[in-house]
Amino acid sequence: MFGAMLGEAWHAMGANRLRTFLTMLGMIIGVSAVVLMMAIGQGAQESVKQSINAMGSNLFIVLAGSRTASGARLGGGNAASLTVQDGEAITMLEGVKAVAPVSFGNAQVIFGANNWATSIIGTTPDYLDVRAWSLKDGYSFSDSDIRSATRVALIGRTVVDNLFGDTDPVGKTIRIKQAPFVVLGVLESKGQSLDGRDQDDTIIVPLTSAQRKLFGAQFPDSVRMLMVQGESPEAMAMAENGMTSLLRQRHKLRDGDEDDFFIRNLTAAAESAAETTRTMSLLLGAIASVSLLVGGIGIMNIMLVSVTERTREIGIRMAIGARERDIMQQFLLEAIMISVAGCLIGLLLGIGGALLVNLLTGAAVVISSNAVATAFAVAAAVGIFFGFYPARKAARMNPIEALRYQ
Amino acid sequence: MSSPIIRVTDLCKDYETALGPFPVLKNVNVSISAGEYVAIMGPSGSGKSTFMNILGCLDKPTSGEYVLDCHPVAELDSNQLAQIRNQTIGFVFQGFNLLTRSNLLDNIALPLVYAGTDKKVRHERARVLLEKVGLGKYPASMPNQISGGQQQRIAIARALINRPRLILADEPTGNLDSKTSEDIMRLFAELNEEGITIIIVTHEADIASHARRQVRFLDGRIVHDAPATEAPSRAEAETA
Repeated sequence: MFGAMLGEAWHAMGANRLRTFLTMLGMIIGVSAVVLMMAIGQGAQESVKQSINAMGSNLFIVLAGSRTASGARLGGGNAASLTVQDGEAITMLEGVKAVAPVSFGNAQVIFGANNWATSIIGTTPDYLDVRAWSLKDGYSFSDSDIRSATRVALIGRTVVDNLFGDTDPVGKTIRIKQAPFVVLGVLESKGQSLDGRDQDDTIIVPLTSAQRKLFGAQFPDSVRMLMVQGESPEAMAMAENGMTSLLRQRHKLRDGDEDDFFIRNLTAAAESAAETTRTMSLLLGAIASVSLLVGGIGIMNIMLVSVTERTREIGIRMAIGARERDIMQQFLLEAIMISVAGCLIGLLLGIGGALLVNLLTGAAVVISSNAVATAFAVAAAVGIFFGFYPARKAARMNPIEALRYQ
Repeated sequence: MSSPIIRVTDLCKDYETALGPFPVLKNVNVSISAGEYVAIMGPSGSGKSTFMNILGCLDKPTSGEYVLDCHPVAELDSNQLAQIRNQTIGFVFQGFNLLTRSNLLDNIALPLVYAGTDKKVRHERARVLLEKVGLGKYPASMPNQISGGQQQRIAIARALINRPRLILADEPTGNLDSKTSEDIMRLFAELNEEGITIIIVTHEADIASHARRQVRFLDGRIVHDAPATEAPSRAEAETA
């Protein structure tokens, strides 16, 4: 029974090929637009997510407060208020996973005949975990290097390229501000940060070595910045409150005194970028969906014409024993076939278009099976929804009037 | 003869018009037994086609009772009516009413689709009937490739496929020449020999002469009902 109906629907579609194709075109354009927009939108989301992951997840930075020297306010991070001990205390807080004290500056680096100005980060071994940074080559320094302020360094990809060229840097000695440092390892490439800085143009050395041999410190153990990693996105608010009260307490600030430090939630900034792309892709999807709707209306229009044209055929079928249900099924099946066929072609075009966009512009595209399944389900639903009224109109015809129809 | 396959009592049918209800059938009473071969005659507008549509469960009477095969038709819902049109009745139309996009075999087999028969059986039975109506060589031809007489044969084969007990033919030879008409009438006679009840609407006396009973309509009433040999002359009918 169903096989016969499928055959009939196929025949009916083939009877007027151009019209069937034009009807399908609405669905084709709609589905391919949805698939293409979703692929581009999800691609954008994916690349933002990658940048966030590269930065490290659930991150805070705690900056020392500003200092005023000779009437000039020097900006955040210059006061000597933040210490390594503050960092150790924060590690104990609930909701905090790890803390890395950071002191940084710029320096000229020399290897052999080459030299290069880059940023130097003095920190503890936890820093690599907090930033979700791994080594490509060699190994990291340890806590004992911190204690004895050994002159060892981990260097970023860009520094390797500029100082070493093809030479293997591990084990070689470079000079940072004239002080010799042995290269222990090479950092994995991290690419650009969200604001476009080259994260690979950097050298990481033990905190103590940086303070004693490179930049000096106003007081022993004072740092410019603490990088703090929260346990989870949910624990971020709790960790922030805990840090604020702990630091106020440790810095002996009275009620009414201003904080002598700044806490920045890096994840929040990144998440707002993610939110923007999510909104964008939703918007694109919504606009594309409108064309699906228009395609559906096109199907309904043609089905109504088809029912009127085939009134006599409906009468014949009823006269030889077709039930209302049979007529209904026949026209509904036809509508669904048109929309599903349109959907299939649209899927191919959409996916092809997305790959083409990727090829031509290099923009990331993600074709998820989820998006494909959704587009398919929507197409079938559109077929049923917009096919229903014409099919019911056909099924409700009076057989004798349908037979008399010229 | 056995119990009546059709019994119609006080049947009336009004058409709604702008000027109010217009009566087409007025208190029609008739009873037809299984195995009969009846010709329904009358000038156009006499109500014979309307009567035929009601017999075929395509139209509903305004009042009166129609009992088909012991079932009062008024009590059946649309699905049951569809089943009767499918299983009990075979319809043959003046205009053949074949599906133009389907080939001959599929046209004949179409009622079996609605009876839920599977494809293999459908084709077997359609092939047998195609042979029977003398077109066994052209199963894949389309209706527009054959003559009117051949199309009507296909329509008859379609009417027969569910082995109905009753064939209703509305002016089956109206669009055919006299030679072809004779062939078709011979086919009906054969079917009647096999025990199928046949009711045929016509306004041609020589076509009606094949039937064994003639019922004549005039202005919505039956004015004559007698075995074919006692058919009245045209003048007699008009004065009746």
